[in-house]
Amino acid sequence: MSLFSTMSLYALTVKQPSATQDAISGDFLGNGKQQILTANGSRLAILEVSRRQKGFQEIYSQDVFGIIRRIAKFRLAGGTKDFIVITTDSGRLVTYEYMPEEHQFRTIHFETFGKSGIRRVVPGEYLAVDPKGRAIMVASTEKNKLVYILTRSGQTRIAISSPLEAHKPMTLVYCLIGLDVGYDNPMFAALELDYSNAEADPTGEAYHELKKELVYYELDLGLNHIVRKWSEPVDRTAHALFRVPGGPNAPSGVLCCGEDNISYRRIFNKSSSVHRLAIPRREGATEDPNRKRIIVTGTLYTLKGGEFFYLLQTDDGDVFKLTVDVRSAVVWNIKIKYFDTIPIATSICILRAGFVYAACESGDRVLYELESLGEETEDPVFESTQFPVDPLADYAPPFFQPRSLVNLTPVETIPSLNPIMDMEVSNPAMEDAPQVYTVNGAGGRSSFRTTRNALEVLDLIESPLPQTASHVWTTKLTVEDETDTLIILCLHSRTLVLKIGDDVEEASNTGFMAETNTLGVQQFGEDCVIQIHPKGIRHIQGIQFPDGDAAAVNVSLTDWHPPAHRTIVACATNNRQVAIALSSGQILYFECDSDGSLAMAEEEVILDSTINCLAIPDVPEGSVRAIFMAVGCSDQTVRIYNLSPDMEGNILRSISVQGLSSPPSGLTINYMSDKSPRGYSQYLHIGLRSGVYIRSALDEMTGDIGDTRRRFLGPEPITFARVNAAGEPAVLAMTSRPWLAYTHPRTAVLQLTPVNYIPFKSAWNFEGSAFKGIICVSASELRIFTFNDLHDNTTYEAIALKYTPRKLVGNHELGVFYVIESENNTMSAGTRKGLIDQSRAQENGVDGTMNPEQTNGDMLNGHGADELPPAEFGYPRAQGRWASCIQVVDPVSEKAVVHTVELEENKSAVSAAMVYFESRPEDICLAVGTAKDLRFTPYKYSTASIQLYKISPNGRELELLHETEVPEPPLALLAFKGKLIAGIGSDLALYDCGMRSLLRKAMTPNCVPTRITGLKTQGSRLVVSDQAQSVTYVVHKDQVHPNRLIPFADDTVARHTTCTDMLDYETTVGGDKFGNIWLVRCPAKVSEASDESPDGLNLLQDKGYLGGTANRLDLVSHYFANDIPVAIQRTILLSGGERVIFWAGLQGTLGALIPFSSRRQHKMFQQLELQLRIDDTPLSGRDHLAFRSYFTPIKSFIDGDLIERFLVLSRDKRESIVGHLTGNWTSEMVDEAIWNMRGLYAF
Amino acid sequence: MADKLRAQQQLEALQARYIGIGSADTTKHEWTSNIARDSLSSYIGHPPMLQYMSIGLGQPREKTRVQLLERMIQPVGPPPKVSWDIRRA
Repeated sequence: MSLFSTMSLYALTVKQPSATQDAISGDFLGNGKQQILTANGSRLAILEVSRRQKGFQEIYSQDVFGIIRRIAKFRLAGGTKDFIVITTDSGRLVTYEYMPEEHQFRTIHFETFGKSGIRRVVPGEYLAVDPKGRAIMVASTEKNKLVYILTRSGQTRIAISSPLEAHKPMTLVYCLIGLDVGYDNPMFAALELDYSNAEADPTGEAYHELKKELVYYELDLGLNHIVRKWSEPVDRTAHALFRVPGGPNAPSGVLCCGEDNISYRRIFNKSSSVHRLAIPRREGATEDPNRKRIIVTGTLYTLKGGEFFYLLQTDDGDVFKLTVDVRSAVVWNIKIKYFDTIPIATSICILRAGFVYAACESGDRVLYELESLGEETEDPVFESTQFPVDPLADYAPPFFQPRSLVNLTPVETIPSLNPIMDMEVSNPAMEDAPQVYTVNGAGGRSSFRTTRNALEVLDLIESPLPQTASHVWTTKLTVEDETDTLIILCLHSRTLVLKIGDDVEEASNTGFMAETNTLGVQQFGEDCVIQIHPKGIRHIQGIQFPDGDAAAVNVSLTDWHPPAHRTIVACATNNRQVAIALSSGQILYFECDSDGSLAMAEEEVILDSTINCLAIPDVPEGSVRAIFMAVGCSDQTVRIYNLSPDMEGNILRSISVQGLSSPPSGLTINYMSDKSPRGYSQYLHIGLRSGVYIRSALDEMTGDIGDTRRRFLGPEPITFARVNAAGEPAVLAMTSRPWLAYTHPRTAVLQLTPVNYIPFKSAWNFEGSAFKGIICVSASELRIFTFNDLHDNTTYEAIALKYTPRKLVGNHELGVFYVIESENNTMSAGTRKGLIDQSRAQENGVDGTMNPEQTNGDMLNGHGADELPPAEFGYPRAQGRWASCIQVVDPVSEKAVVHTVELEENKSAVSAAMVYFESRPEDICLAVGTAKDLRFTPYKYSTASIQLYKISPNGRELELLHETEVPEPPLALLAFKGKLIAGIGSDLALYDCGMRSLLRKAMTPNCVPTRITGLKTQGSRLVVSDQAQSVTYVVHKDQVHPNRLIPFADDTVARHTTCTDMLDYETTVGGDKFGNIWLVRCPAKVSEASDESPDGLNLLQDKGYLGGTANRLDLVSHYFANDIPVAIQRTILLSGGERVIFWAGLQGTLGALIPFSSRRQHKMFQQLELQLRIDDTPLSGRDHLAFRSYFTPIKSFIDGDLIERFLVLSRDKRESIVGHLTGNWTSEMVDEAIWNMRGLYAF
Repeated sequence: MADKLRAQQQLEALQARYIGIGSADTTKHEWTSNIARDSLSSYIGHPPMLQYMSIGLGQPREKTRVQLLERMIQPVGPPPKVSWDIRRA
């Protein structure tokens, strides 16, 4: 019996999660500038914002393999650099220093304080740092608080004390900050609630009398202990604290924020010195004037000279500027003024360079430029003198008018898929590789996104040509020229020469042979240019454009002709060498003479087969010639010849031969950066006629070929162009579409990515005086483009949606998608319109009756009556109301939403499926499950129904056929055997289409324990997912009347299933709400038995086992992904690639699970993973194995993200790890195996 | 006898250190409250879970966080009335 499991998967993250948990600004590099540190999922990243580049640059990012909960920074007195402290689920406090030279985080402290995992009493939920960097406090949601003291010992070492405890049982913590007290003893402020009284009171009265307290903890540095110094009751709704600057001439204290309440409180406060503000409310026809706001996030910013202000954001997204009136270190007054409205953020960072970074809760993260500090705007200012200190006392609520941005200007966005609500991989655009379609975002910022594996290009020039061109070259005139002067185009049996000047014009009298095809152009020797054409080589010396116009002078021409009856078929050139291949199979070789003329070598190569292509690298710096020439022959070989004399003084000797799977169609040799000690090596690129690309290292001394990477790029022969991409040497491979082969800037491994551009057949590097880029010809157009950034290998296209998308249904033949969207606690479109119309009418004096409760009409002014654009301002809220719609999106041709159906009467769409009914063969229908007055906790609704829409023949219109009421909301719908199967609560029901309603054909009551949330099918089998109880396998028996739906197998573990897909008839892959991915399989015998009898009597007679079905599923594999999978699919990702499991996570993760095909490889990866766990322990202090086994032990999975850490390790560490592997692996072979796992299956 | 005492002391030490460690006298209310509080703090502590719930409720994460914390105060209602004779027993 084998000890190996039958299946093993390689889990690879294709796109990192982009949901920001926390972001802070600080100087982590120690260079006097500010950077942003963000924590996304389990990844820490440092971003730099520079005014010069007008945007972001990711300096460093690393996976810590732990759930990051909070991040903070500290700087010890006299330091020049901020250190990072994070809390994760590791039960450890870990602090880092970022080392800019080594490009890594260096762990400073590593203090274990509790159990791992996210638990109620293990500190880590809150993290606060003394502003002077003397102490760190970590707290849990309940009871526990620990304080660490930091001291400097010696010049560089930072010592940390053992923790001091400040526990208080039965006390919940809402917020924790470090107070600014200058150099007094460090103080921390916490919002606490002691619930012990309510715990002992059966009447329930004590619960209402609980007080929330603001508690100050003082760390006595002299006595080395922590005391609960002072506490005072605050508003019961308070939940956030902000630090007020302290020290000499500054007031110190806190801002305590609650519902409709921002109060300033001094340390050891007297109640008289509290200053309170109410949070201004929006004015407008659709706004409820009685709704109170809360502050969701904010930031303090201190100006030079000690002045400070806050930017505080409400739950609507409105940002307010709060200023404090301080007179001799005493607060007299606090003021609040509307600043601008930006999307709701988890963190706002203000940078000294004048930027504001908003890490948005949903959608793209935005960088704003601070235009002004909001002093000039005419928005009303509210002062604390206007409001009573007690929030329960009466006061006139403040109002303001939201408006578009004035003080901020958006500069750049970082595209972010977060949150993904549903995903589908398909290829309606009929491209080479399928695209990833996702519905993202929440509220007004929802979008439909198409993600492709492609490099974004910047289009520079596009100009028409008189005729279709087949090839393009650019050339300098002399070797000293910095920029290219000529563009040579090969038209159909004609050559056109263009000169680049102020504008591009046709050059005359250049000496180029016009009435021929051109095979190659090269700047040769000092001041010559050669043109190679089928009938010979033209050598042109001294082209000059003396007057700056397009007519050249001083041209001396020399022609070389090949032997009679032979033509030139291929050529390779550099500045000093030329090789040509003749139709007879001869290769002739020339070098540059002292006078710049061509000197033919006496030796020549004669081959039996035809020669397809030649390649000579550029002359290496400091040499007179390149050493090797590569020849691609039609006998499916590439041969290497030497061009510099060997020991015996011979040239053109065959050095090595490489056999190929298909005749080569393109060859090139260049230097590319890599991980070698020198930083770059010589590489031979081979393109095959079959569309396979091969890159091998070509040893500079011996000419040996090694370290090979292969990949299929497209179904057409490949040709190459050597180019510069973002300052790095790269190769453009042209097949059915262009690809770029480049070195990844971070991992320094070869990356192959398609270029997001039209297909073209010829390209060349272009270096102009104004810009550098790549010139290409496509049909009769000449284009120049350039690459800006090689970090991101995906491109996005976004289409705005109306509300939070819930489900995506693809109609692939017609290239459209149906998206159901719903928005909780939001006013529906009809109500909004009604209110706006009403207020307009009032304003115009048509309708005299005022209804202040609804419209707040007396405060309206001119533009208040218009609806605010929801993408910026969100939708008006209304408790218990739903806004919902169905949208038809065309991402292929129109790239827009083409049709919208709003749902009325407080209905919300909960599920959708495209169905072909056997009884209605002429139409395709869209079934949409709806629920009316839906509420959660507790789950309530008034009615539920299935709406059936007829899809028009072009797929773009929906027409309601009928609506069928069902007893519970149908959370899952699926087309099944020409009918519709629906999960109605816990019942599974089969429907056929009737004239006026759906007709129930079969039903299994209580098919699953909780609620059916998903359905998948193959043949007669259905996989039914339950909200909390994993999946149940159900078989449909249609030979009996009424039809039977019989559950026959279910799971042993209660998985809160979010998504599933059937991998084969027995196996299901799924994800759950806790971030796990799992595979379950039905035992073969059970599976066979389920399909045996036509009526399923044997299944009905089986006795249920332990309250479930008679049989149980087996767990095949299990993995913790730290992101909630929302969609999972078995699909191919690349053209010519193998099938993988592709999944999308809520926080914006895209991941692939790749099955291993070779046991030898699997064994190596297993050993490598084991070794990396030991030698490269996760940064968070979390044990990697324990992290991936967070809820259930990991099974049959290999973490590709950990494996890929191998690529960035130092050379000696790599070698020591490889030394532990059994089976003669070298680090190059391991590199290749890792590369193949990503390159051949995913991107 | 000494072992028993020692075990008792160890249990008490653990009960003081970790909340939720039960004893023979743990009531149903205490037990269910503990489970509910553990769950709620787990929802708050796992960022994807908090986001998942916030999207469902259509509100910012901070608001959901505060709502869940509020529910931790008394997650399963007030404790049952303790009748006199039970206390004696």
